[in-house]
Amino acid sequence: MRFGVVVFPGSNCDSDTLHALRDVLNQDAVFLWHKDHDLKGVDCVVLPGGFAHGDYLRSGAIAKFSPLMREVGEHAARGGLVLGICNGFQVLLELGLLPGAMLRNKNLKFLCRFVTLRVENERTVFTNRARKGQVLRIPIAHFDGNYYAPPKVLDDVERNSQVVLRYADEQGRLTEEANVNGSMRSIAGLVNKAGNVMGLMPHPERAAEALLGGTDGRVILESVIRGRAS
Amino acid sequence: MKVRILVSFKNSVLDPQGQTVKNALLTLGYGFVKDVRQGKVFELDLEGIDEAEARRLIPEIADKVLANPIIEKFSWDIMP
Repeated sequence: MRFGVVVFPGSNCDSDTLHALRDVLNQDAVFLWHKDHDLKGVDCVVLPGGFAHGDYLRSGAIAKFSPLMREVGEHAARGGLVLGICNGFQVLLELGLLPGAMLRNKNLKFLCRFVTLRVENERTVFTNRARKGQVLRIPIAHFDGNYYAPPKVLDDVERNSQVVLRYADEQGRLTEEANVNGSMRSIAGLVNKAGNVMGLMPHPERAAEALLGGTDGRVILESVIRGRAS
Repeated sequence: MKVRILVSFKNSVLDPQGQTVKNALLTLGYGFVKDVRQGKVFELDLEGIDEAEARRLIPEIADKVLANPIIEKFSWDIMP
């Protein structure tokens, strides 16, 4: 499995993501510069966390005009895998590869902490190593993670089982308190209709080694690796 | 030619920053403030383009770049 981690000016989880994929999970992984027009033959494009272009205007708003996004869009249209983590999720929303938008967190605070998430759909290429209802402990670090979509769009994504992860408490219950950023329907991660593009606010690459506080993030990353093989 | 573009949240979208400003104003005793919506202002300085062309392209710029039509609306004026 060959991964390509896109580097924008302002990306700051690109090296962590490359480390998790290459050094921890022994995958072939390369950086992709946002100004190039070359995906270097990767199977999965990862848009990493950070503050692409300083997040000026809106999170992910300038990044969507980066040259490489043309190839990323074509890759997605061909059924190629795209995983957007945190800022990468915001970029996928701005690109229109996933539905909806992000608003500022409900408490107007930058949230940087572990959260618990409930797996809603275990049959995606990004979650095939999880069980339905499994609770994953993975950290978040964002200001704009308050997921918003118009009611009709929310109904659509629910009907198509596109909601993959929801913020939940440690028992997997959906509570207002557990929904740390105020996301509609507690949505923390979702896939497109075809199932080959996923965005999530939590950082699986930051929960890939026990030394760093947890390994639940590997469930997501190893699903992608296995999904390709199966 | 200068153009001012105002981008703000749609009425259907909750604006927690505007709410916080409203609460601050109420705390300060300005009890007549019923609601606050926060937005962004862009002032564009244009050259080499006539007004008709600007009137065609400004909404395009606002829709494509300055505002996210899922959550935001915009209005604009040519500044005197």
